[in-house]
Amino acid sequence: MGKILEINGPLVKLELPETVLGEQVRVGRLGLVGEVIGRDGDTALAQLYEDTAGLRPGEVADGLGWPLSVELGPGLLGAIFDGVQRPLQAVWEQSGDRMARGVAVPSLPRDKRWHFVPDPHRRAGTPLAGGDVLGTVQETESILHRILTPPLIHGELMELAPEGDYTIEEILGRVRMSDGRIEKLHLFHRWPVRTPRPFKRRDHAVAPLITGQRILDTFYPLLKGGKAAIPGPFGAGKTMLQQQIARWCNAEIVIYVGCGERGNELTDVLEFMPELKDPHTGRPLMERTLLVANTSNMPVVAREASVYVGITLAEYFRDQGLDVVMVADSTSRWAEALREVAGRLGQMPVEEGYPAYLGSRLAAFYERAGRVETMAGHHGSVTLIGAVSPPGGDFSEPVTSHTKEIIQTFWALSKELADARHYPSVDWLESFSGYIGSAAKWWAENVDPNWESERAQALDLLAASEELQRIVNLVGVEALSSEQRWTLEAAGLIKEGLLQQSAIDEIDSFASPEKQFALLAAMLEIFRQGMKLVKLGAPARRLIQMPLLAQARRWKSQHTSEDIAALKAKIAAIPGEFDKMMLEYEQTA
Amino acid sequence: MKNIEFRTATSAQGGLLVMGGVPGVAAGSRVQLRDHAGRLRSGLVIRAADDAVLVEVFEGTDDLDLERTWVRFLDEPFKLPVSRDILGRIFNGAGLPRDGRPPIISADRRDVNGEPLNPAARAYPREFIQTGISAIDGMNSLTRGQKLPIFSGGGLPHNRVAAQIVRQAKLLGESASEFVVVFAAFGASHADARFFEESFEESGVLNKVVMFLNLADEPVIERLLTPRAALTAAEYLAFDLDYHVLVVMTDMTAYAEALREVAVLRGDVPARKGYPGYLYSDLAEIYERAGRIKNRRGSITMIPVLSMPSDDITHPIPDLTGYITEGQIVLGRELSNQGVYPPVTVLPSLSRLMKDGVGKNFTREDHPHVASQLFASYAKALEVRGLAAIIGAEELSDADRRYLEFANAFERKFIGQGEDEDRSVYETLNLAWDLLSMLPADALIRVSEEELAKYHKGGAA
Ligand SMILES: Nc1ncnc2c1ncn2[C@@H]1O[C@H](COP(=O)(O)OP(=O)(O)OP(=O)(O)O)[C@@H](O)[C@H]1O
Ligand SMILES: [Mg+2]
Repeated sequence: MGKILEINGPLVKLELPETVLGEQVRVGRLGLVGEVIGRDGDTALAQLYEDTAGLRPGEVADGLGWPLSVELGPGLLGAIFDGVQRPLQAVWEQSGDRMARGVAVPSLPRDKRWHFVPDPHRRAGTPLAGGDVLGTVQETESILHRILTPPLIHGELMELAPEGDYTIEEILGRVRMSDGRIEKLHLFHRWPVRTPRPFKRRDHAVAPLITGQRILDTFYPLLKGGKAAIPGPFGAGKTMLQQQIARWCNAEIVIYVGCGERGNELTDVLEFMPELKDPHTGRPLMERTLLVANTSNMPVVAREASVYVGITLAEYFRDQGLDVVMVADSTSRWAEALREVAGRLGQMPVEEGYPAYLGSRLAAFYERAGRVETMAGHHGSVTLIGAVSPPGGDFSEPVTSHTKEIIQTFWALSKELADARHYPSVDWLESFSGYIGSAAKWWAENVDPNWESERAQALDLLAASEELQRIVNLVGVEALSSEQRWTLEAAGLIKEGLLQQSAIDEIDSFASPEKQFALLAAMLEIFRQGMKLVKLGAPARRLIQMPLLAQARRWKSQHTSEDIAALKAKIAAIPGEFDKMMLEYEQTA
Repeated sequence: MKNIEFRTATSAQGGLLVMGGVPGVAAGSRVQLRDHAGRLRSGLVIRAADDAVLVEVFEGTDDLDLERTWVRFLDEPFKLPVSRDILGRIFNGAGLPRDGRPPIISADRRDVNGEPLNPAARAYPREFIQTGISAIDGMNSLTRGQKLPIFSGGGLPHNRVAAQIVRQAKLLGESASEFVVVFAAFGASHADARFFEESFEESGVLNKVVMFLNLADEPVIERLLTPRAALTAAEYLAFDLDYHVLVVMTDMTAYAEALREVAVLRGDVPARKGYPGYLYSDLAEIYERAGRIKNRRGSITMIPVLSMPSDDITHPIPDLTGYITEGQIVLGRELSNQGVYPPVTVLPSLSRLMKDGVGKNFTREDHPHVASQLFASYAKALEVRGLAAIIGAEELSDADRRYLEFANAFERKFIGQGEDEDRSVYETLNLAWDLLSMLPADALIRVSEEELAKYHKGGAA
């Protein structure tokens, strides 16, 4: 038993002789929880996850004997947790609308019974190792929860419960460890959030994560197991884009971490997710989703913890052999929480007040993404997508620039595009993807062999038009040749008919890879047909009058992903639209 | 403990007082000081240890005589007494009456810091509020429970715009406003405060208004309490008494500057432009108190006003505000100079909740598309205007010239309106179609073909 010596914002100095770094502590009459971040002889420095107002020197403090850990087992899906995995729905029912301090509600429901089906390979007397599947629980209709042996178990299975209904605290089995100790097994186990969960080996990422967003999938793809960042100034669309990904992506589990952002955005997710259907399974999206929420007005230390809670949950599902996507909105708020604590510890700030270890913390965090072979020999992945909120929209600031070094896919959002309501405001010149090679292979095999060249041509057009636009802005469009004018027009077509995608339009919100490619091919077909004419001497002025150009811009919101045939018919008719003019100019030529 | 006066000050500097040998003082507790002249000052415990307690003194520590300074620890945070009687009253930044009437006596006294809402308890705001201002209703609509700041600059009519919103705000289908108003001014001039008082009085709503005033010549540090006291009152009115509350706060820049001043005294590590790294969290504690709660009838809709230093939207105060609030209404000097009122610069303006509160079932089915089209067409028109400035309007193509005319008409007729002009959202939408009809139908691809057929004066493409 120890006591409080000093309270300084979220930091408390404790007299707590036996503690170790990272240990959880319970402090004061209110029983506020926190973790030890420094030690000096018999005193320890702890950061608390809750507001420290009202604490007094002399009040009791106690070490709990374990580091910040999460509970992993059935009951996670569909839930909303705070930054230290308190179940917010249950907390609400228990203590009302406001976050009361010192509430202790277990993360996973204790009274709920789950139907457990043991794995036939697990027999008494056979070896058992961390990560082995003990059996399954059908947690939601779409998700079969594999009950995993805790990672550090190694020994021989003594007994395992038969098929039946169990609560997570009932004993499911026993293991004799290699050193002779006997360990109990349950439907759940705990894992410390700051320690990556072990796996057998890293695997190559091979398949793209399909998000249904054209500028992402077609132009700057991300792979399952990859890392991406979405930097952008306020209001540029980071949250909308992440919500779109959470809705439509073809992952099996989605973990949505609201880290220091708005309360209403989480309410939004909580309200729409149960109503929407997973386009890949037809089940309500909430069944595959879980939320971690530490909003901007909640205590800053728990904000720092929330991303680790999220990534540990993601790894746990990965270890069941699933493809998991975690979106973190916003990693900047996490970095700021880090900065705030560093400042109070008196650590040397290096840039904009951030401590020197900012870069290495970010890197270590993103390193937990990846596709792996699990301990049990399955393949699973964690794809990590972090929003970055640079002050003043300045991408050279520390969090953005460090993150840029770490990730492979960079979806840069632009204020100019957002101001003109060109959404998603992903800047086609600033963004990049390091996964084009693998993605091209997948698209060639699954959608169209020409994906890579068509993509490249569209990007060339966009780059060329940027140059041309500069000229126009100086001297007017009349200075351009017909070829240049048509290039400019075609780039506009690609921007409006393909890149712009409304999240709130029912049809446009999601586009299957087939639809994405069909639209890409359509816009390029119009460009090429027109270019042929221009080369024959047709003035761009005439081409620009074609009603086809306005019509093609509407195709994206006229044809659903199921209705590709009609879209393809329109594409097949494109050359016909040019026939008359073609005849005219071929004759004169 | 609260009745004991300690005379154990060991040092005082820059607003911070160190007290020795006062064991068991609670962090965040209020402090009352009596100085050598018998004057009372107040403060807050910001660091508590048995051997030394650090107190932030609101009125400053400049002329304190340590030997003759008596300190009482009140053992509780700053609290505001609340009751129905606060309506119609005027308080100072710390919640004491400044209207010459007796203080509020109530057993119900609330910590002005509030407690964060459980995100699971929030209800998503969806009800469209008609402000009668086209630039807002048509393109950046306000929703009940939203926090939507006005970004402005010195000399721009943000006060008049805020007052107009307060006068005209109502739900669709209602004839009059059902809002009560909590008004907080910090660092405001006497003239600003008077302007609002008169405006409330003229519209006869004074008895539905609670005011918290901390004027420019009043203690800076009380400024940190003012929005918190005001929001405590707002929460009480909304979630205890079921009122729909409109909170107007001005000027958030003065608040943030006060926070910086205190942070510098405390020696906190600065992040940008000298503002402490926790400015974001601190502002969020204020702004996030807006909203709706499941199973509660009332709501808090918040309109903070802030002036952007040097009209710079990337300055930390508007920047961090924009990162927290649900959009922003940006006022611009250029429009204002051209005599356009309200001078709303629509492109950088945004309402994030608009997508969920307009359209079919809310306002009119074409509303979301019309808004999107106005943004796109006006953005294009501004490009054309930029070009015209270089090559001359005569050199523009016919198509471009129509955009130029559109931009002018849009600014004058759509954005511009009278200070007492209360347009219904339908008038606003019809006006939008009048303007969009200046452009050829096939240039309007953000609206549907059906909408073009129905509303575009030239018919469908
Ligand atoms: N794909 C989209 N389709 C339609 N509207 C969009 C889209 N993306 C963004 N928007 C609009 O832009 C607004 C702001 O987007 P969002 O909230 O995602 O910005 P943000 O970058 O997360 O900002 P902040 O950093 O302040 O959180 C949305 O409320 C919505 O109105
Ligand atoms: Mg966001």
